[in-house]
Amino acid sequence: MNTRPIANTRSVTGIPSARLITWWVIASEIVIFGGLLVIYVMHRLGHPEWQASAAHTNTWAGGFNTFVLLTSSLCAVLAHKAADAQDGPRAAKLLRLTSLGGAVFLIVKAFEWSRDIQEGFVLSSGGFWSFYYTLAGLHGLHVLAGMVILLLVAADAAKNQELQRVECIGLYWHFVDIVWIFLFPLLYIAK
Amino acid sequence: MLERYLTGASTYAQSIDHLFILIAVLVGFWLIVAETILFWLIFKFQHTEGRPTQHITGDEEHLKRWIAIPHYLVILCDIVIIVAAITVWFNIKQSMPPADQTVRVFGQQWAWSFQQPGPDGILDTADDIRTVGELHVSVNTTYHFELRSRDVVHSFAVPAFRLKQDAMPGRTINGWFRPNRVGTYDIQCTQICGMGHALMAGRVIVETQQEHAAWLKSVSNPTMAVRQDLPAPAAESSTIAEVRP
Amino acid sequence: MSAQVHHAEPGIFQKYFWSTDHKIIAMQYLFTGMAMGLVGGYLAYVFRMQLAFPDRYVPGFGIVTPGKYNSLVTMHGSIMIFWVAMPVLIAAFGNFLIPLMIGCDDMAFPRINRLSYQIFLLSALVLISSFLVKGGAFGGAWTAYPPLSAVGAYNLTPLGATLWLVAVALEFVAFLLGGINFTVTLMNSRAPGMKMFDIPIVVWMIVLASVIFMASVGPLIAGAVLLLFDQTLSTGFYDPSRGGDPLLWQHLFWFFGHPEVYVVLLPAMGIVAEILAVFARKKLFGYKTILYTAWATGILSFVVWAHHQFVAGIDPRMANIFSVTTLLISIPIAEMVFLYIATLYGGSIHLDTPMLWALGFIAEFMIGGVTGIFLGSAGTDIYLHDTYFVIAHFHYTFVPIAIISVFGGLTFWYPKMFGRMLNETLGKIHFWGTVIAFNVIFIPLFMTGVAGDQRRVYSYAQFAEQARPALQHLRMTSTFALLALLSFQLLFLFNFFWSLRNGKRAEANPWRSNTLEWTVASPPPHGNFAELPTVYRGPYEYGLPGRTDDYWPQNVPE
Repeated sequence: MNTRPIANTRSVTGIPSARLITWWVIASEIVIFGGLLVIYVMHRLGHPEWQASAAHTNTWAGGFNTFVLLTSSLCAVLAHKAADAQDGPRAAKLLRLTSLGGAVFLIVKAFEWSRDIQEGFVLSSGGFWSFYYTLAGLHGLHVLAGMVILLLVAADAAKNQELQRVECIGLYWHFVDIVWIFLFPLLYIAK
Repeated sequence: MLERYLTGASTYAQSIDHLFILIAVLVGFWLIVAETILFWLIFKFQHTEGRPTQHITGDEEHLKRWIAIPHYLVILCDIVIIVAAITVWFNIKQSMPPADQTVRVFGQQWAWSFQQPGPDGILDTADDIRTVGELHVSVNTTYHFELRSRDVVHSFAVPAFRLKQDAMPGRTINGWFRPNRVGTYDIQCTQICGMGHALMAGRVIVETQQEHAAWLKSVSNPTMAVRQDLPAPAAESSTIAEVRP
Repeated sequence: MSAQVHHAEPGIFQKYFWSTDHKIIAMQYLFTGMAMGLVGGYLAYVFRMQLAFPDRYVPGFGIVTPGKYNSLVTMHGSIMIFWVAMPVLIAAFGNFLIPLMIGCDDMAFPRINRLSYQIFLLSALVLISSFLVKGGAFGGAWTAYPPLSAVGAYNLTPLGATLWLVAVALEFVAFLLGGINFTVTLMNSRAPGMKMFDIPIVVWMIVLASVIFMASVGPLIAGAVLLLFDQTLSTGFYDPSRGGDPLLWQHLFWFFGHPEVYVVLLPAMGIVAEILAVFARKKLFGYKTILYTAWATGILSFVVWAHHQFVAGIDPRMANIFSVTTLLISIPIAEMVFLYIATLYGGSIHLDTPMLWALGFIAEFMIGGVTGIFLGSAGTDIYLHDTYFVIAHFHYTFVPIAIISVFGGLTFWYPKMFGRMLNETLGKIHFWGTVIAFNVIFIPLFMTGVAGDQRRVYSYAQFAEQARPALQHLRMTSTFALLALLSFQLLFLFNFFWSLRNGKRAEANPWRSNTLEWTVASPPPHGNFAELPTVYRGPYEYGLPGRTDDYWPQNVPE
């Protein structure tokens, strides 16, 4: 069914349904990531000896990735502005740039992890490393999913279609960015 | 009430049984009242030709009182139960009366084993008694137990003592009991621990002081008590001498 | 405004398997849930036969070994909660009723709706596949405590354990997706004129349940990822010898597990409310109070979880706090029950089959509620934890929730769903048979629990205090009553399927109800409303003095 049901077009609260569902998705993810982060922090507090393992994370790679994600979020904001101005092609270009930022993030991470694995730090190395790979890995999966959706929304936006989705995927991307803002200090700076 | 179902054989069994009865009386009362009113209303307000329904919104003060007053009485009953429950819990789980004896309890897939001090009365010495599946204790004696698991989560329960405590791998959990009735009672594992969960039965044998002393003598190895120069065995010895009288 | 959407007549695949129509998706959830209910019931049959006739061949299964017994009870519990109660109460009724009751043509996001069912179906298939793998289905209880659940050498069902975990995780994702639609559709897609307090209680309850689910399941999803890694990737999150903590899983599980019971309770109470109003021809007593107590219950449900862990090795001081909160939460629920009973006062009660189920719910659930007090009080829980007393308690809550209220809802909305009436006589026999048998199953189990029978034990032969003939008689009574219960369900199945073709054709509003779903044809056409309604009042205006009819539908201007 390609036609939109009336249910989708109504807005008793005044907030577009698309934005409501984006917030619901983000809320669910906050509970998931929040839970995982709390578990990690409690473990870290109870295991001061993990400091030795944490010393091996590559802070430069982490820092560079933070910069990359923040820049890509800026592109997402600009894409939203373009969509608001009904400029679909420009929004699409900016969304694709955002997705590219995600790709750079993942490539840097791939190099970073290759080096860690070569040094013998793997998921089952226990303690700190188990959490490190789980947290960053789960986050990475969300970056990947976001990249794909960004491209799908961009494809429609280029044809000036479904422009309201630009804001929604932008919101999701900001969330992914914010999770990284929490992960970076916890995994890279707290040494 | 619980006594009728299962003998109580420890000092705190009675307090748990009394708490059970207190709760049973209070909630039983409310249950009977509520069910009676429910059924009475069902019969009284059966559809009758010519009798229309009353339009009641639930905002009427004189009717809301019928909900509000039971509401407060229920809260009162809850408070009584809470006070009683916390008292019972505190005495059993938060306080440890001074011990006459200490025993170590080990749960593993799928058996209970125990380590008790030998004639020298000190745990972790050469003359400790180690048993599998059976724990001999003396009546009217306060025991502390140190509970450990060697693999998964088990739970050490002696229903006749109204005793239950989960055994967590990686830690030692402490508790106490004081048997006050001679007899043989079941030990159960009350946390699913795999295929042999129902096979982890054990027995607590509560003996008189004299019987217990006699048992102690009969299972102690006299030569071990003499050799003071031998090092004490490790707490988690992998070779447990099975002592079954 | 016309809502007729013109598109070509769909083929069978499009119509029944690829549909985005909320009513079809509701049916998909309903039938999947019912099928899983049959599986869950069969599993109960097998393990209760083992308990009544230990080590004897069970017809239709074989010999029940200790390992198989553990798998049977694990899967029975998991299936009944995740693949029967939740899909039927929330997804089936939610999907069918919400758009109709709020006066719109579908959910806000039909394709996400379809995806949620597909993921749910996948989760059911993954779970069923676990019966067929080497080692068999997972046998570590639905609570899956590590290290037992984390290490294959301990649970001896390693493949089953991982499949179980993946199935549960998929089910969680499906319900997160489903919840999107329920919540957003209720917030945004209501008919003009339908204000917050004009929304039918059942719709509120289903949405509230979705919100509670979403807020509570996150930490468990996190924990499940950790458990999955322990099972498959040699991590040690729950391994004490590697710095992990088994107790962590328990906290994560129960932080979800306790709100979960209210996730299923609230929709059940919503269904009962709708039936009570219609069949007592009476306005719900205290609509707003019912809502507030539901919200209060939802919030309180997040601070009671450790009453499942009193003897688990938590700090004993914590137990007191959780005893207090647990007993406190009984208060808003008791209030709700009192309000339902008060609704009957001054009413004109018609004891049709749906009403029998609704009243049965109240009578049976109260027993479940009061027996919970014994368990919430930490002192008595020391003795009763992990005994059959617990099983009897939660079946006196879960069976009303997942079975009694569901039969109430099905017999009530069957005419709307399928355009036919069910047979009343068969319905009433089914009701009495089910309810009486249910009590005969579980009252003996209260008694055996108090006498010391522990859970998840395939045979009591090893325990002198449990191997008494008096107790065995009670266990046998329970099993025979279960056989009776299962037999009576055949009546329902016959009635259900026979009436699809042969039942009396249903008019739009056979029960003379006020809510919007009864203003359209039975069953509703694609798009639901030829003319989208406007709402002028709340849903429970029954028995207004001075009016010719004793009901006043929401969409009628005067």
